[in-house]
Amino acid sequence: MKKGFFTKQHQKLISDPMSDQNPITIQVLGICSALAITTQLQNAFVMTLAVIFVMISASMLISILRNHIPNRIRIIVQLLVVASLVALVDQILKAFLPDASEQLSVFIGLIITNCIIMGRLEAFAMGNKVWESFLDALGNALGYGWILVAVAFFRELLGSGKLMGYEIPGFSYLYEMGYMNNNLMILPPMALIIVGLIIWIQRSRNNELIEEN
Amino acid sequence: MKLMKNILKTIKPNFEKGGKLHTLYPAYDAFETFLFVPNHTSSEGAHIRDSIDLKRTMVLVIIALLPCLIFGMWNTGYQYHSQLTLGMAGYQDIYSMWDHFLFGFWKVLPLIIVSYVVGLSVEFAFAVSRKHQVNEGYLVTGMLIPLVMPIDVPLWMLALSVIFAVVIGKEVFGGTGMNILNPALTARAFIFFAYPTKMSGDKVWVHNGETIDAISGETALGELASLSKLDVVSNQSVFNQLFSSEGMYSLYNSFIGTIPGSVGETSVVAILIGAFILLFTGVGSRIIMSSMFLGGLLMAYIFNLLDVNLFMSLPAIHQLCVGGFFFGMVFMATDPVSAAQTNQGKFIYGFLCGVLSILIRVVNPAYPEGVMVAILFMNVMAPLIDHYVVQANINRRLKRIQK
Repeated sequence: MKKGFFTKQHQKLISDPMSDQNPITIQVLGICSALAITTQLQNAFVMTLAVIFVMISASMLISILRNHIPNRIRIIVQLLVVASLVALVDQILKAFLPDASEQLSVFIGLIITNCIIMGRLEAFAMGNKVWESFLDALGNALGYGWILVAVAFFRELLGSGKLMGYEIPGFSYLYEMGYMNNNLMILPPMALIIVGLIIWIQRSRNNELIEEN
Repeated sequence: MKLMKNILKTIKPNFEKGGKLHTLYPAYDAFETFLFVPNHTSSEGAHIRDSIDLKRTMVLVIIALLPCLIFGMWNTGYQYHSQLTLGMAGYQDIYSMWDHFLFGFWKVLPLIIVSYVVGLSVEFAFAVSRKHQVNEGYLVTGMLIPLVMPIDVPLWMLALSVIFAVVIGKEVFGGTGMNILNPALTARAFIFFAYPTKMSGDKVWVHNGETIDAISGETALGELASLSKLDVVSNQSVFNQLFSSEGMYSLYNSFIGTIPGSVGETSVVAILIGAFILLFTGVGSRIIMSSMFLGGLLMAYIFNLLDVNLFMSLPAIHQLCVGGFFFGMVFMATDPVSAAQTNQGKFIYGFLCGVLSILIRVVNPAYPEGVMVAILFMNVMAPLIDHYVVQANINRRLKRIQK
């Protein structure tokens, strides 16, 4: 890496995972939670914040410890760090956002198994300095987050006719005209289809992403 | 015809390379090949000489669908008028057969128009942006979709489901011939899960069912599902009343098709006429049709033997005649793209379609129309079946060599 506080390379660490190296749409990681918790926009935001926190802290911790972690037990150490951070997030949510915590239920605990976090720890934080690890974690967490929020936006808007739990003013006229909420949007398959559509748009804009076969 | 040919010839330069309207060439090409057999021939490789092409095949299927369509129109009017005049003296004489048909015609026509206009526009948009010909596949899908919908389905829902079926069901996989699911069933499944109140219950199968009082517009399958859910002794007498030879869903009525249901699915007679057209011209697979019939019959017999609830006790033939079983068997399962390709594969595919259809509809009352789910499921399984059939063939011949 080039010397300097925020060079072009540093910038790419954040911008790449947002678009051409997106963890969900390109690497197809973390699909589970993207399908499960995106029925409501609020849940998606809470989940995104939780993942951002866990990922950044874990990446920086592992990056600090990287020279002292024995190679043979590194996965266990990474898991321990992530698990304790997730337990922390879980407790905080239970204390301050009990409603969201109840709705997200097991999926906060399952952040431990989110492949994106383990993947970045193993692939990046184990071999890079703290500042770079921080940027990489932030980029990947944001890349994960914006997909989650985008999917949740469409699912909540079309599935329940609400956003962030609030009714949308114009919708009452639509209902009178015969509009109905789309029940399929509430079901998990539609989340997969929306993610698929995002992948479609992404690939049609950038032909390099299409693999040859 | 000659006039059309001349017109097409004079405007052709505009659409060819360098012409002003070159971007609209797919539209021109679609019209030309729809009206006249195209004159381009394959330039290399082995090919079969035949006067029939994909568009002509599709038109044959549409001809086979006409009896269902015409009967569906008549039945729409018949169901509505008989509900209106329920209990009146001499009600048979108030509306003539022609009244039933005309009423139904004006109700079904918008569905067909919306289905074709929306579907073909999507196809056309993709053809222009991908620079290929407009696909023929939608000709049949566009006719099938209105036939598997309840008569009162809102037009915007129909349009949405058509867009979903064409884009998600077909174009993402590469267009006609590449889809893994039957597009018409994809459209129905979309509405079924997205707007269940418009696709199930006892109010949607007869026109204006929500406003007519004391309506008995449930499909035979819905009635059976609700009868077998509650274990009440009195259900037996209701069942006998409805399904005996004088009842609303008697075997005769189910066979002729004078029962509530989706537009085209009720009449077994009309479907069988279509089936004969398909079999005679060789367009539909007789293996799939016969094996699916066999599978359904077998499963229904097994349920007859078990005889745990009223749904199971319905005689096997009667079981097959209610609901969309025959329609699915003749027009949906035989879709040449999404069905299995090998002959043995077709047999297994059809057989399992039949077994699953009856199994789902009887065992899970939440999905009274098991045929749709069963065929979609087997569509997904078809490549797997083919894979093992081909593999078995390779292994057998390898063994022969090694001896």
